[in-house]
This record gives sequence, structure tokens and C-alpha cells, in this order.
Amino acid sequence: MSTPLEHDYIGLAEKKKIPSSSSSSSSEDGKTFKETELRLGLPGSESPERKPLSGVSLSLFGNLNNNNNVMNHHVHVAGAKRGFSDAIDAKWAFSDAHGSDSDLGKPSALFSPRGSGNVVGKPPLDPKTISTQQGNSINTPASASQSIKESKPLQEKNPQLPATNEHASAPASKAQVVGWPPIRSFRKNTMASNLTKNNDEAEGKPGFGCLYVKVSMDGAPYLRKVDLKTYSNYKELSSALEKMFSCFTIGQCNSPGLPGKDGLSESSLRDLLHGSEYVLTYEDKDGDWMLVGDVPWEMFTDSCRRLRIMKGSEAIGLAPRAVEKSKSQN
Amino acid sequence: MNYFPDEVIEHIFEYVGSHRDRNALSLVCRSWYRIERCTREKVFIGNCYSITPERLIQRFPSLKSLTLKGKPHFADFSLVPHGWGGFVYPWIEALAKGKVALEELRLKRMVVSDESLELLSRAFPNFKSLVLVSCEEFTTDGLAAIAANCKWLRELDLQENEVDDHKGQWLSCFPDSCTSLVSLNFACLKGEINTGVLERLVARSPNLKSLRLNRSVPLDALQRILARAPQLVDLGVGSLVHDPAMETFAKLMTTMNKCKSITSLSGFLEVTPRCLTAMYPILPKLTSLNLSYAAGIPGSDLIKLIRHCKKLQRLWIMDSIGDKGLGVVANTCKELQELRVFPSDNIGQHAAVTEKGLVAISMGCPKLHSLLYFCHQMTNAALITVAKNCPNFIRFRLAILDATKPDPDTNQPLDEGFGAIVQSCRRLRRLSLSGQLTDKVFLYIGMYAEQLEMLSIAFAGESDKGMLYVLNGCKKLRKLEIRDCPFGNTALLTDVGKYETMRSLWMSSCEVTVGACKVLAMKMPRLNVEIFNENEPADCEPDDVQKVEKMYLYRTLAGKRKDAPEYVWTL
Repeated sequence: MSTPLEHDYIGLAEKKKIPSSSSSSSSEDGKTFKETELRLGLPGSESPERKPLSGVSLSLFGNLNNNNNVMNHHVHVAGAKRGFSDAIDAKWAFSDAHGSDSDLGKPSALFSPRGSGNVVGKPPLDPKTISTQQGNSINTPASASQSIKESKPLQEKNPQLPATNEHASAPASKAQVVGWPPIRSFRKNTMASNLTKNNDEAEGKPGFGCLYVKVSMDGAPYLRKVDLKTYSNYKELSSALEKMFSCFTIGQCNSPGLPGKDGLSESSLRDLLHGSEYVLTYEDKDGDWMLVGDVPWEMFTDSCRRLRIMKGSEAIGLAPRAVEKSKSQN
Repeated sequence: MNYFPDEVIEHIFEYVGSHRDRNALSLVCRSWYRIERCTREKVFIGNCYSITPERLIQRFPSLKSLTLKGKPHFADFSLVPHGWGGFVYPWIEALAKGKVALEELRLKRMVVSDESLELLSRAFPNFKSLVLVSCEEFTTDGLAAIAANCKWLRELDLQENEVDDHKGQWLSCFPDSCTSLVSLNFACLKGEINTGVLERLVARSPNLKSLRLNRSVPLDALQRILARAPQLVDLGVGSLVHDPAMETFAKLMTTMNKCKSITSLSGFLEVTPRCLTAMYPILPKLTSLNLSYAAGIPGSDLIKLIRHCKKLQRLWIMDSIGDKGLGVVANTCKELQELRVFPSDNIGQHAAVTEKGLVAISMGCPKLHSLLYFCHQMTNAALITVAKNCPNFIRFRLAILDATKPDPDTNQPLDEGFGAIVQSCRRLRRLSLSGQLTDKVFLYIGMYAEQLEMLSIAFAGESDKGMLYVLNGCKKLRKLEIRDCPFGNTALLTDVGKYETMRSLWMSSCEVTVGACKVLAMKMPRLNVEIFNENEPADCEPDDVQKVEKMYLYRTLAGKRKDAPEYVWTL
């Protein structure tokens, strides 16, 4: 599966395009360019994760609040821009893994995030440096060093990490700054509870959180439901379906399949599915019946509404491949 | 100089409704001031702390309708700590004491206690209309009081309030004699309601035109309610979830066919997409459609719906409709005037909207004048195109989810794009910016946005110049709200007189210091300069050089307010 497109309001998914230089240790004062990059990983990790580098977020932009309740002096450097990062509640930004190493600069006032701060890790976006870092571009040394110079006196301000853990490990896909995007809290709360409700009552495809779809098999007396979100590729889905529907195919199996024996029944079902008789198809958002396996997994889970294990003979017209496959196996 | 007797002027003034026009009238001369004040029935107060209720009552003895706004706008986004203020009780108390014949009260972002609702329901025998938007602290007990005591209640409209649902049956508190309801909106309530009681209420309200249900009203109840109210003009469906009994669904379709007057549809807090077919009969007549809470409708179904809505003027929708869906909107909704696209929690990123959707809309909907657009990215080219296609924008609010994202095609800031918007849309009154922005965009705004009244800035600008461009250039500026920008003391203090021409200024996480705020407060006694000091003990004097986390200043004739919580320092 490709890097998960964690979709959050700040477009974290973008981050995977950013040259993922390894996060440097947070405690150094010597700001290298890389440390100003937008990164999500823990030091040493390359993959985009929710926990950003302590070092990155603080270095350029002044002090970050070490906890929600400290709103003390700003160590302010004239001319230094207060960037996006300053707005980010440091609570989420730092896992305590970094805490001990970090150079604890003076805490600064941050967004006071009373209660609303379900802010989770996201690297700060200094407007200045970001311009050179975002998207696909490679950092331009010139502007970067300029920004670094500008904020030099700010050095490393890794905040202490008071109980940030609960925020640092907040819902994975949400890395948010307090109050951004500007959505009324009523709306936010309602949508959040909608999400849970839809998950509970998942019927068909509510669209969020989980993806229960009905699976029917031609000839089977009843249907099943599977949550597509629990699989990460076609193979997993297919083997799960095999297990689920093996009981229906024992009797129709060409090869002698002894019921009860998992191995045997599975293999016979597999033969059925991959071999002659059955084709796995799905109904997509537009109501069309498609062959499973053509599109990337993510696209499939997004558009799949229901699954149908179709008899090979009926699959004619669905896709030439299916027909040939069933013919060749017979 | 009066050539007409007072009665004639009074009569003429009756035709002048808008409070701005009325305000203007009152400034012409003393006698017009007098006549105007005696005849004004509706008053709008944009900041409840700008004036005392007593003064209001004194000036407008014929007051019947009052609109009050409390907390600053950024309170919507959790930037204002709890307990800041905006209490309506003192107003209701004063109005009651002053024997005002209050008929209508509209509140936004205010703290409304059950006691205030109780008092409201008892003190004004002619009370007819209560509209609460984004308010908090009341419960269904307060609603019960309103229902029980307001004999002539016409309108109870609750929009996006945080209401505590107590177990009492507030709906049952409407007496059998209450038959005057015209508008009932309780979509924001989270609790169960007794559908039988609701049905009977609807049945005895022949004038009911607007009904917005909450999610607890199931499909079969909806059908029965609609059967009794075929005259509805505005419907908010709470829940449209499949009922296993196909019969109910068929009944609903028949009933919908009879609702020939519905032009506004909203809700669908819970929905099974295939049940939406029941709505198809009314779609062609819709002028307003709000699906911004309908998280259960996937993009493809949204598109199918939209294709039927050729008369739409207002559309609120979620970004699950996608750029493609917006293209369909552009092709279908030629009368579109207002569009709001809200972000969904959609994990499938390709379903979200980008600049492409907006461009498509601008090409297809030339009448568009109000926009709120949450998107993943925006380009200068797109904004320039939109500016060209839609020069009629009055409200233009863009919220890029990544607040400082530059133009992804060119990596440039979005200065030119927004510059094009303000240059082309000469009637622009409200603007919200996002994306990577330098001081340049503010230069453009100061230069071109002559009608601008409200500006929201976040994570933008490079220096004090930015803010100064705006303060100097936008003569009609009334509300300025800034967060996380590098604007400091120079910007704040250069033109202090400006703030008396404005309703309010909000600055948070900027570079302004306590000392500068003190200077400002000293120079301008008719401003309340409040700074929020949430993390320090109340008796600790902040250092002058300390940066202010949040500052909210507003002009006022009421002086320093007495209900400020401990963390608010009025300088």
C-alpha cells in the first residue's frame, strides 16, 4: 500500500512529497537547513508520522509553549516572523522521547488552546521557509539560510514536555492547529459524533471510518458483510472471502473437498475463485459492475459499494480476462 | 429644516428598514434624530458591550426587536476562552425593567442561561420570535419555558447552539392553545423528542412554514409530519434512514410529492443514500440546499441530487462532492448566488476540492456573490480567473486547509490571486485570506478593497507594513481579526483613531506587547482594550515588554465592563 494519504486539515498528505531528510536530533543549536524542513518523522524515521521533530518546529519561530498553561514571555527576536509553528500547540509536537534531550528554551506563549487543543503533531509552517519547502521543491538554501539568520537568536526552543503524550498520540490522522481550519466548533463536534454514529450503524458505505460492504455469492443462501478497511490489499480481501464462503462451495467443488478441513476446503475454494467458476466483482459508486483487481486498492475501497462473487459463466462481458481465465481453467 | 409635519416624516421613515439607513437618517438633524428614535422598532447591536441596555432603552422607546452579538468571531474557532462574556441576562433584565414591549430577540455568540430564557418568556407578553445562533449554556429546560409561556410564539429558531438536553419534554410544553408557530428549528438538539407531540404541534400550526428537525425524528415520523404540513417552505430533515418497511418509504414519496412549496432543504444528519430518492420530487424547486452536515451522503449521490436542482441559489455542501461535482454544480445551478464548501473528514483525498472546482463554479455561475470555500490548495491563476468571471463578490472567504500553502504550481505566495479578487470585485465587503501571503496582498487590499468591512487574516504577512496598508487603505473597515501574523506595536499604534471607526479589532499570537496595548488604551478612552492572560495568576501584573497572546479591542460607550472574567485585563 502506498504511503497512507492521511487526510487532515492541514494537508498532511502533502508531506510525503517533501524530501524526507532524516530528522536530526532536536537538541542541536546548529540549525541546518534540513531541520527547518517540514517533516513528520521522529528523529531517525523517514516515514511521515504524526509526531514531528521537536527541533524543527521550534527552531525558527520563537518559543513554543511547553504546555497549555504557560503563557509567559515571548522571547522575541525583532524581525523574526512568527510562523505557523508558533500557533501550534507544542503539546502535540513533542513526544517525550525528545524531551529529555531537548534544550529547553524559554517557553513562550502559544495559542492558548484551552480544551480545544486536540492538536496533534504537525511540523510548523513558517511562511517564509515553507515557501521553499512545500510542494515538491527542494529547499533553496538562500531563503532558508536567511530565515535561519533572521531567527537565529531564537535557537532551539524545545519545550519541556509535560503531559503531551495524550495529545501527541491523539487520533492519528488529525494534525491540527487550534482554530484552523476555521470551522465552528459546533460543526466540528457534530461531524465528529457523526463519524462515530456512522461507524456504529455502518450500512452500505457511509463513507467514513469503516467500509462495510455486502458480499454476495451466486448460489449462496445468504450474504455476508466485510469491512474493507480491515484489509490492505486485494490478496487479503480475497483470502478473507475465501474463508468466508468456503462453506458454500464445498458441495460444488470439483475436487474432492472434505468439509471441516480448513486447508482442503480453502484450497478448493481458491481453485474455484482463481480458477474456473467464480469471479470476484464489485458494484462501484456509479452503479456499474466491475472486475475486482483492476484499480489500485485505495481507489477500489473508495468506490466499492458491494461485492459479488459471480459465476464465471455470468462474468462474460464483464471483462475479457475473466472469461478467458475461466475458459482456460476448465 | 423641516418642510413636512412630523407625521409625514414618520410615515416616510416607516419605509426605511435597514438599520444602517436608519442610523444615517438619525444623523441628519435634531428633529430627524428625534423622529427616527421614536419610531425605530428594530435595533441591531453588533457588540453587546458597546452600549448599555439602559441607554438603548432610553433612546428607542418603541423598541420591539433586538439583535445582539456577543463574543468575537474567532470564538467560533475556540480561540476565546470559556467565560469571556456575552451574557444576555442583563439585557433581558433591563428590557423587562424598562417595560419594553419586546417581540423579537436575535442573539449570536452569546451566553444564554435558562434563567434568561425563563425571564424572557415571562416578561414580554407579546414575545413572538427567538433566534439563537451559536449560543450556549441553555438547556431544554429553558426551551420548555419559552414553549410554555410565550402565548404568541411564532418563531423558535435554534442554529448551531450547544444545548444541554435534559430529560424533560420541552416540546410538550407548547400548550394546545399555541397555534401560531411559523418557524420551528431544533436541528441542533441532540436528544430525543416525542414525535407524537411534534406531530400534534405541527397539526395545529397552520401557519408553519419552516420546520427543521433533529436527528431523532425517524422516517416514518417525518412522513406523518409532512402529511400534516404540506404548506412547508423550508424543511430540515433530521434523519433519513432506511426503514425496513418499504411501505413507509413509498408513503414518504407520495407525501413529498404533495409538498409543492418547499424551496429550502437541509439536514440529513443521518442518511441512507438510497433514501434520497424520496426527495427528488422537491429538488427542482429548491432555491436553498444545505447538505453541509450530511456526512453520510457520498460524493456520487450528491452529484446525482444536484443534477435536479436547477433553481438553486444557495448551496452549502461538503467537499466530498469533489471538483468534478462542483463542475456539475456549475453546469446545473445557473442561478447560484451563495456557495459554501465545507471540509469533510474524508480519507480519500482525491474526493476533496481544489482550485479546479472553484474555477468551474466561477465559469458556470456568474451570479455568485458569496463564497466560503475550504480546499486543499489554491493557485494564483485560478483566483485570477475567478476574479474575472465573478466580479460581483460581496463575501469571499477562502480557507486552505494548510494555512500557509503557496501556489502549488508556482510555489509563489497567493498575493497576486487575492489581489486580483479585490481589484475586480469592487463591492467586496467581507474577505478571509489563507495560504502563503506576504505584505503585498495587504498592499493590494488597502489599494482596492474600498468597500471592505470585514477582514480575517491568519498566518500571513511579513511586517507591520501589511497591517498598516489595511488600516490606511480600507476606509470602511469595521471588523479586523488577525491571528498568527508578524504585526506588532508600530502597526497597532500608528493610527489609533482608526479603531473608533471600527467595531472591533482582534489580534492573537501577533507581535504586539502589553506596553503598546496600555498606550493605546490610554490614548483612546472610548475603546475597551482587553488582553487575555490565561496562564498567569490574576494578580500578576504582566510585563510591558511581554507579548500579548490575545487582544480584543472594541469601541464602546459603556466603559469597562464589569462581567469580565479574571483572565481578561481591560487596560
